Amino acid sequence: MGLNESFFGQKFGITERDLENYLSEALSAGGDYADLYFEYLATSSISLDESIVKSATQGVSLGVGVRVISGERTGYAYSDDLSPDKIRKAARTAALIASGPSKTIKTGLETVKTKDLYPVLVPPIERSLEERVALVRRADVAAREYDPRVFQVQVSYGDSLRHVLIASSDGRLAYDRQPMARLNVTVLAKEEHGTPHRGYAGGGGRVSLDLFLTEKTPEYFAREAARQAIIQLKAAETPAGETTVVLGPGWPGILLHEAVGHGLEADFNRKGVSAFSNRIGQQVASPLCTVVDDGTIPGRRGSLNTDDEGVPTQRNVLIENGILRGYLTDKLSGRIMGRASTGSGRRESYQHIPMPRMTNTFMLAGESDPEEIIRSVKKGIYCATFGGGQVDITSGNFVFSASESYLIEDGKLTRPLRDATLIGNGPEAMRHISMVGNDLRLDEGIGICGKEGQSVPVGVGIPTVRIDRMTVGGTA
Amino acid sequence: MSNHPYEELAARVVRLALERGATDAECTVVEGDEFSVNIRMQDVESLKEAGSRGVGLRVLQGKRTGSAYTSDLSDDGIDRMIRSAMDLVAVTTEDPYAGLPDPSELGSLSADLGLFSDDIPQLKTEFKIEQARRAEEAALAFDPRIANSEGASFDSYTGIRAFANSRGFSGSYRSSSCSISAVPVARQGESMERDYWYSVARGYAGLEDAAEIGRKAAQRAIRRLGARKVATQKAPVVFDPRVARSLLDNIFEAVNGDAVYRKASFLAGKLGEKIASEKVTVIDDATIPFLFGSSPFDDEGVPSRRTVVIEKGVLKSYLMNTYTARKLGMKTTGNASRGITGSAGIGHGNFYLEKGDISPEKLIASVKNGFYVTELMGFGVNTVTGDYSRGAAGLWIEDGELAYPVSEVTIAGNLKQMLCDVEAVADDLEFRGSVAAPTLLIGEMTISGH
Repeated sequence: MGLNESFFGQKFGITERDLENYLSEALSAGGDYADLYFEYLATSSISLDESIVKSATQGVSLGVGVRVISGERTGYAYSDDLSPDKIRKAARTAALIASGPSKTIKTGLETVKTKDLYPVLVPPIERSLEERVALVRRADVAAREYDPRVFQVQVSYGDSLRHVLIASSDGRLAYDRQPMARLNVTVLAKEEHGTPHRGYAGGGGRVSLDLFLTEKTPEYFAREAARQAIIQLKAAETPAGETTVVLGPGWPGILLHEAVGHGLEADFNRKGVSAFSNRIGQQVASPLCTVVDDGTIPGRRGSLNTDDEGVPTQRNVLIENGILRGYLTDKLSGRIMGRASTGSGRRESYQHIPMPRMTNTFMLAGESDPEEIIRSVKKGIYCATFGGGQVDITSGNFVFSASESYLIEDGKLTRPLRDATLIGNGPEAMRHISMVGNDLRLDEGIGICGKEGQSVPVGVGIPTVRIDRMTVGGTA
Repeated sequence: MSNHPYEELAARVVRLALERGATDAECTVVEGDEFSVNIRMQDVESLKEAGSRGVGLRVLQGKRTGSAYTSDLSDDGIDRMIRSAMDLVAVTTEDPYAGLPDPSELGSLSADLGLFSDDIPQLKTEFKIEQARRAEEAALAFDPRIANSEGASFDSYTGIRAFANSRGFSGSYRSSSCSISAVPVARQGESMERDYWYSVARGYAGLEDAAEIGRKAAQRAIRRLGARKVATQKAPVVFDPRVARSLLDNIFEAVNGDAVYRKASFLAGKLGEKIASEKVTVIDDATIPFLFGSSPFDDEGVPSRRTVVIEKGVLKSYLMNTYTARKLGMKTTGNASRGITGSAGIGHGNFYLEKGDISPEKLIASVKNGFYVTELMGFGVNTVTGDYSRGAAGLWIEDGELAYPVSEVTIAGNLKQMLCDVEAVADDLEFRGSVAAPTLLIGEMTISGH
């Protein structure tokens, strides 16, 4: 597809000549590299509460970000107005980072070949409002029908379509059209005279609305949220202290995102501020662990055809049989470290500077039977799912908060437990993984990752694993 | 004095929406200009400078609502936005509680709150870069164990917000902010730790000295070196002001009217009851000049005010907007909050725990064996049940003295009990943002370690 047929070519008449002009302007004060990131984002959301569709919002935002790199310095400016003089002004502002004679850019922009991971003919945001409203209504009905103790249901549905155009002074041009959709259900339940408890479930991805009409229906999420709330009604206080932890498959993969994912982002490592700095080739996890960050899985929330610097995404093996193999690298870190970009340069929007980020981060399946893993634990806890987590990449300490867990006694799941946060240290925690199940699952499509004030959508996954020792923040 | 053009734009959008069939409308216009420079190892790492604008609209047709937004302020962009909002009204349901505030409730504080400092647009780039550099330089010079840095930064911002509705309200206000922060990295043997310190103010004159910020950040990072895990135990926990603020965030979530009417808060149905110790008085005040939680009116056009939320442990008020006030059979407290579009949610003004009369040093000295927390991690707070479980780092208190650094532990409890167990509140209340708390002591929590 040429620039003329692309979204920005068609809708805003942007030509290759224009792009070359802007890039030249950006390098008019010197600098080694410049890029332009055009973004058009349409979003919509519908929320239901107390069984009525209380609100619906939709809108559009548009802009271009201009970046100039000079040595290790980055200059950045953006404009929400695509008129040429405004873009040139932004380019000149970004150019202030450099100070030298102007650089000539490579003429002739070559379109980067990317995959087609989300070939959704009609993105959810272009389907009828009625169809999308029907989803939230169905979820409400199903959640309330699940159990008479359910008394509050909140459902929210959101979708978006993002068009990007990335042009860089190294002669590359990339486009992408990125659909996204997500459905969330939050349920409150209580015994007749008891206190309320909450359950939550959701999912989606870079998919057609049909996903919600077939595999992952509103009923599926509603029942899961209601089930979680009901389980909490009988939950006992969680034991406090160090114990053996078994993680269920899927969203508990957030362990990897926090324990190793952020710590392996190249910017922290080239600065030497990560607990994983200078450790390539070393054992940082048990030999049973192979951890991958893969942006090329079709239709997933964390996937991208091209990263936000115009580099195609790829499957990156971060840890192989416990040995650290590489970092998630963007163009700048790559340039400084003398490594190639791993297609991990992402930004929240045209207003933000890209940096190394994750896409879909998961551990490969092992050999053990999940039932056998639970049976192997005399005393411990089994965590089926989590809320969120956080990490301090310098000390390596990370947390993630269990939202559905059970006591394991003599190899069997006994009592459900109340929410508790687990804490560990990245390189150490991964070394305590002693069993890895054969049941790898990716999450349902709800992950949001925050770093230095920028949020991006991500995915995680993990098979059932046994962690011999981890601190559980209980109260008993 | 004439109105800012954005006020007129907001009023015009409202008029157009009414012409297109809306029975009520609310329009918000915002514009912001940001600057940020990051220094690392004394060289500029990144420099960003730009501005953007946006307009948002919420319309009602009877008791149904629809919202839209756009970054395109042209006539065409506005037109499409109005059409988008009206299209959505058709799919939402009638909500008997929906609707704008009563005209008698609308208004604005007349006094100038000092939210905009005109030195901000005058600050030269070189000057801002120099402040960030000085902060990092002071951190690096503080101690030989500080040999690395994630950097230091100087950020500044100016903006304007305008709002108009179909019940005769229109108003706007400018605001500004600037901040300096430093994140040094300390290393000793195998132990590597980072910490940070910062200052934020409406204008440059309100900022702490850059070198002082760097030194404090370095001191905090050094203090964490060689941290150990402690044994699992129940013990008193002292929250330093930075983490005590997070308790105020949790309290805010629990008194947020939206959670209360849904019974999704452990403080629902508890007005008038004693829900905390006598040491706890929490105020929400959006009228204090210069502070970050202040504004002349809330995001529905209702004047800002001071609300006593908790008084000596007794729950006096929730924080509400018009919608939740109606749901709860009360009056709005002027806490409506929204980005630029959608139905208003709830935010806080300057939300703080009133100071006590003991110094933080005396408070720590009163603890025989306990945990002084300086950092909390994770999202493990459930305001429906009050369950609280978060990652923590800090220093262990032995016989009233800060003895050794601790990390990789959690503190847990339940907010219902924690609030009642606030045994002491110190006198070191300082605003570094819109939420503030002094050092405080909670009698007992469960610390999980070994």
